[in-house]
Amino acid sequence: MTIVKEAPAAAPNVVARKLTYVKAFNEGLAQAMREDENVFVAGEDVAGYGGVFRMFDNLLDEFGPRRMIDTPISEAALVGLGVGAAARGLRPVVDLMFMDFIGVCLDQIVNQAAKMKYMFGGALSVPLTITTASGAGLGAAAQHSQSLEAWLAHVPGLKVVMPSDAYTAKGLTVSAIRDDNPVVVMLNKVLLGSTSEVPEEIYGIPLGQAHTARQGSDVTVIALGRMVGEALAAADELAAQGVEIEVIDPRTVQPLDTETMFASVRRTNRVLVVHEAVTFGGLGAEIAAQIQDAAFDHLDAPVLRIGAPFSPVPFSPVLEKAYVPDRARIAEGCRRLLERS
Amino acid sequence: MAQRASKKSADPAANQESAQVVKDLHERMVRIRLFETEAGKLMEAGRLPGFLHLYVGQEAVAAGVMAALRDDDQITSTHRGHGHAVAKGVGLREMYAELYGRVTGACLGRGGSMHINDLTRGMLGANGIVGAGVPIAVGAAFAARYKGEDSVAVTFFGDGATNIGAFHEGANMAAILGLPVVFVCENNGYAEFTPQSGHMLLTDVADRAAAYGMPSVIVDGMDALAVHRAAADAVARARAGAGPMMIEAKTYRFYDHQGVKGLRHPYRSAEEVAEWKARDPIDLLEARAVADGTATRAELDDVWQRTRDEIAEAIAYAEASPLPDPADLLLNVYSG
Repeated sequence: MTIVKEAPAAAPNVVARKLTYVKAFNEGLAQAMREDENVFVAGEDVAGYGGVFRMFDNLLDEFGPRRMIDTPISEAALVGLGVGAAARGLRPVVDLMFMDFIGVCLDQIVNQAAKMKYMFGGALSVPLTITTASGAGLGAAAQHSQSLEAWLAHVPGLKVVMPSDAYTAKGLTVSAIRDDNPVVVMLNKVLLGSTSEVPEEIYGIPLGQAHTARQGSDVTVIALGRMVGEALAAADELAAQGVEIEVIDPRTVQPLDTETMFASVRRTNRVLVVHEAVTFGGLGAEIAAQIQDAAFDHLDAPVLRIGAPFSPVPFSPVLEKAYVPDRARIAEGCRRLLERS
Repeated sequence: MAQRASKKSADPAANQESAQVVKDLHERMVRIRLFETEAGKLMEAGRLPGFLHLYVGQEAVAAGVMAALRDDDQITSTHRGHGHAVAKGVGLREMYAELYGRVTGACLGRGGSMHINDLTRGMLGANGIVGAGVPIAVGAAFAARYKGEDSVAVTFFGDGATNIGAFHEGANMAAILGLPVVFVCENNGYAEFTPQSGHMLLTDVADRAAAYGMPSVIVDGMDALAVHRAAADAVARARAGAGPMMIEAKTYRFYDHQGVKGLRHPYRSAEEVAEWKARDPIDLLEARAVADGTATRAELDDVWQRTRDEIAEAIAYAEASPLPDPADLLLNVYSG
């Protein structure tokens, strides 16, 4: 059963409380563990060390070694342990540390977790949550910086969420754990220390529901993960020049809330999609295709995609900065879209 | 290093008790044999879609292990999984219906031969990916311990699977977490068409268990009683909390890797095949049962006949079953 509890919309907390992204994740996870005895966490250095990004700080103290399990560096067995435990009714949270490491356990994610319910004729559910840190910007180079959401969103049976701030880091994690499907939670490394308002109580954010982070009438910018913040910064800059952009945060890339996008495009008539992943074959291509399919007559210009160039993530900061899309490129893209029409 | 299981228990009480077990093993093996030979015929007749990896020749392993398990014990299986499913008690009707791609099948016609499962019987699925069931069994064992249950998980795999990462990772994970997993290597001597000597330098796969601090035992995989004794020991050990163990059963695949007909490339000699077939596991058990008075020939024949009838009924059920509706193609992609 999926219990979706949206945060109280009207008056959450009288005094707004700000929390960092990583602490919000940690709080949501701890609350989900308190809520359901069947939730446990397994991964490399998640228990004793608290996770290399401090994602799991203090959880061993509260939940003990039965529910916080340090495992060998052994991702295929780790995810497989999660699949088998989920098939037997538990709600495992397995941590892959860096998203790039899915290369060594993709079979368990793609051929086992994702397909099991379908190919078993619905005999079971696989309520598995996979947490992992993605994204470039920390000089972590080609094997510790990728955003591979397009790989996973391509696989029927998986869900993929990309928290863009502390509020979504908590709410999407809680919803991922409560969901009866395998869900990959792509935390963003650069955002770990960023803060936003986060309600103290447990709350979920519906999976597959996009959020309009800013309303505007001139251009729709659909931004994934960390690019949401960049798009909002670009929006401030453009607003000073009299251009109002609408920023949509899909939050979940599988399933993808295209209806919110279509509705926005019908008002703004111009779309820019931005993500950290390489442009080729990225989510931007899928979103662009769906928009031209559903709202072609409303477009005043071709859908513009901004992503990384077709190259591994480079190391040297000067190269990495040139590689990752930012607010300047988003603003520039919006201006180009307006010039074309 | 692996121990070699003794041929016969020295304990007369154990031999006495085995009289009951013999009948159980025999019935399970006959069910597998007839299920598989009939499935092979149906495939030859062009009535089944897809692939078929037949288990004929290896029946003593599935029967011997499964007779040592309870219903709540979990197993993960392989692409050659019909024998495990039959021996674990999965319904023959649902299995044939699945092979036929019918909506009444074990997977509603969505999985086919390589995904047959029955959660109510602790059958966590055949698997189309070599070695992939190993870590899943580790997870099932983890869940049992987490919930305070004393069930165990058994993972079946071939000699070929012990070259893949998932096997090694799963073995180490089970060992370091001390989980109740029994690793059953069905060494049929071939990874598809490559002989063991061509895919590893070891003679005994069981030697690999030592690398994970895991005890192991080697048994004659054509001797159902020997397999059963080894399995009962390993299962009891795991259930008592002593951690994982590996059993290597030396066995043989009477049919080819896939399907029934011989292949263009004679990867096995006729002599080798004949030698193994002379040690047919069902013949061996029947000869012993008749010789020591455990069962009469008539009793054994009766098992064959009853099973034949049951198989015929199951096939008729499958053939009469409706096909899935293409309108329901998206059923069960997601939960909720």
